[in-house]
Amino acid sequence: MRIDATDRRIIEATQAGLPLVAEPYAELADRLDIPEDELLGRLSAMQGRGIIRRIALAPNHYALGMAANGMSVWDVADEAAERLGATVGALPFVSHCYLRPRALPGWPYNLFAMIHGTTRDEVEALRTEIAALLGDALRASDILYSTRILKKTGLRLKTEGG
Amino acid sequence: MRRAALPEGALDATDRRILNALQEGFPIAPRPFAEAGAALGLAEQELIDRIARLKEIGAVTRFGPFYDAEAMGGAFCLCAMAVPEAQFDRVTEIVNAFPEVAHNYARSHRLNMWFVLATATPEEIAATAGRIDAATGLPVLRFPKLKEFFIGFRVTA
Repeated sequence: MRIDATDRRIIEATQAGLPLVAEPYAELADRLDIPEDELLGRLSAMQGRGIIRRIALAPNHYALGMAANGMSVWDVADEAAERLGATVGALPFVSHCYLRPRALPGWPYNLFAMIHGTTRDEVEALRTEIAALLGDALRASDILYSTRILKKTGLRLKTEGG
Repeated sequence: MRRAALPEGALDATDRRILNALQEGFPIAPRPFAEAGAALGLAEQELIDRIARLKEIGAVTRFGPFYDAEAMGGAFCLCAMAVPEAQFDRVTEIVNAFPEVAHNYARSHRLNMWFVLATATPEEIAATAGRIDAATGLPVLRFPKLKEFFIGFRVTA
């Protein structure tokens, strides 16, 4: 999936979000010196190709009281992993859901799901809910709570060829 | 980013409807606020003003396109290390000094340091993990994503 130089400029110009004006795309197009129609077409195309996941508002879940989260990890049977991953990923309280390789012998878990709740107790209850969904395919599980953010940087775009 | 809950009464019912509705998506059209507002029974300018206020008070972290970082080029990999407690600060300093380390979290587990590497190419992931391994003297476990699932995550405001 490749993007061209104009797409890249669009991505850079929208890193901070959309301008809060009646015609935000016209304003962006003006800034990028391309016609608004072209910008709308490129945004639609990028959304169609999955480069843009969606254009949306992201609520601050901490501000809305969802202060607790934990990285739940699960050892599920390989033959059921894709089906169960899709089920877990679709849950409204799971924000990231991936299949990853195990690191045996110490790490038997292949399914990772970030659980969000208002309290740690709620996160634990939601974890129990996931365990019930996994049923017989579940062999072991754990949950890792973050104790400190050691580093956090925004996504930095590499420039073409850079 | 604000990490504390908003005071009681900071949001009214209209704010909550906006937060719930616009998580689902926003139109790509010349007058998107007019379109989105119509669906919510709000005038264009009122929707704009309310989103601006929600950003200002920290109820919204971001409003705009969300990009798939991998689709834009580049490689990412979740990594973990088991760091002895006595060495934790020293190892944190070494790991964080790598510009390829995008974020890094301490977690409650024997594998107590979890970070994400972001590089231009997949080959650089292995090379960088090797350099961190050499610099810290600790094995770096790599957990590349094999499959990502559609995310249903929604915050109910």
